[in-house]
Amino acid sequence: MTASDPIGPSGAHPLSPYGQTQGANLADILERVLDKGIVIVGDIRINLLDIELLTIRLRLLVASVDKAREIGIDWWEHDPALSSRAEPPRDLERENRRLRAEIQELRAKPGSRAALTEDPAPRRRRREATAPRRRTRDEDKGEDEDKDEGRRR
Amino acid sequence: MTTEHAEHTELPEDPERAERTGRARDTEFSYAYAVVRPAAGLDGDALREVEGVASGPVRLVGAGGVAAAVGSVPGREFSEAALRHHLEDLEWLEEVARAHHGVVEFLAARTTVLPLRLATVYVDDERVREVLRGGAGTFARLLDRFAGHVEWGVKVYAGLPRDLADPDASGPSGTGPDADAGPGRSYLRMRRREREDREAVRSAAAEAARRIEEAADGIAVELARHRPQQGELATGSGENVANDSYLVPGGRSEEFRDRVRRATRGLPGVRVEITGPWAPYSFAVLTGPEAPGGTARP
Repeated sequence: MTASDPIGPSGAHPLSPYGQTQGANLADILERVLDKGIVIVGDIRINLLDIELLTIRLRLLVASVDKAREIGIDWWEHDPALSSRAEPPRDLERENRRLRAEIQELRAKPGSRAALTEDPAPRRRRREATAPRRRTRDEDKGEDEDKDEGRRR
Repeated sequence: MTTEHAEHTELPEDPERAERTGRARDTEFSYAYAVVRPAAGLDGDALREVEGVASGPVRLVGAGGVAAAVGSVPGREFSEAALRHHLEDLEWLEEVARAHHGVVEFLAARTTVLPLRLATVYVDDERVREVLRGGAGTFARLLDRFAGHVEWGVKVYAGLPRDLADPDASGPSGTGPDADAGPGRSYLRMRRREREDREAVRSAAAEAARRIEEAADGIAVELARHRPQQGELATGSGENVANDSYLVPGGRSEEFRDRVRRATRGLPGVRVEITGPWAPYSFAVLTGPEAPGGTARP
């Protein structure tokens, strides 16, 4: 038989509809009481990220983060309760702070000061941005000249 | 929603709340399990039969035409700091989860129930009433939607290739015809066959999931997907490829189960597990601004 009920929880007892899932497997219960159910903010607030419940949940329900990603499970990355990634502004802020700190650190190092008196990133971007543009402009110009020549002929 | 709630969505400490939740050690909190209509059969003695989290009694706290099933829990176990610690303890988590579920089931057997998420805790019953009043409209609407309905879980597993009907179709024993092909080639052939078998079983499982959805159409009124179970607590053998919940009118449960079983009959290597009936956990989900208590975080 291809369809099978697990022993216990779902055995057919049509006369007493509930109470059949008392002995249900823990994963089935946890995915409901932790992931589902109405969420209203309580006075006791738990930051699920802080308590690393994420790790627990992954341990319970999926083999590993890598495995989960591999098979396309990335729900925690979009669950605001679980992931800071679901709050991009805060994440960007954090990233920004980290980068600033890193730059400060680099500047503080002797020898690297000269190279870092100015934020290097914009400078490089300028260079990258201008070089190709000049080239295309030259090409455009060349084409225009060709056309002009053709017209003149 | 009161302004106090609005402040709560900001994580930096609200001194008043910190003061109240900080008295954790020697106080009791109100743990809310579910929202119901204060129906007959739930007052007084009825609730004495059920034991909640921390083996405590359960009571109804009403406001705004709805009521919450609430139990007192020790502050030392349910303060923010303690919860942070406890929730990482699987044994503790299981105990609380089963107790929570037990109360929800008890209520569901007697009335329509809106299960709340695990560990929804307030400093006292008055705060529970505030939240009930704030979300009364939403709660009433959801209660109407779930009235007379149950949730059935349907999981589809792709078995291992050896679960296929033809025993020669897989496994390292398939040497016969390849005997003269050399060990290397025969190994590759075997691996390829295994891969093909696995794909065949997976596609049969996907077909099963599709047929189940089709079969449920017309009976189930809603479908919710859970992610497939993969970890150490996943008990089913084979690979869980679909883990769905259906909201079904209670009176059509048997029909639903029959249909699901029939729909998947004859698919090789596929196993279907039906669990339930559950309280409508998977459908009791609020998102966006309608969520009471200021749940909707950007």
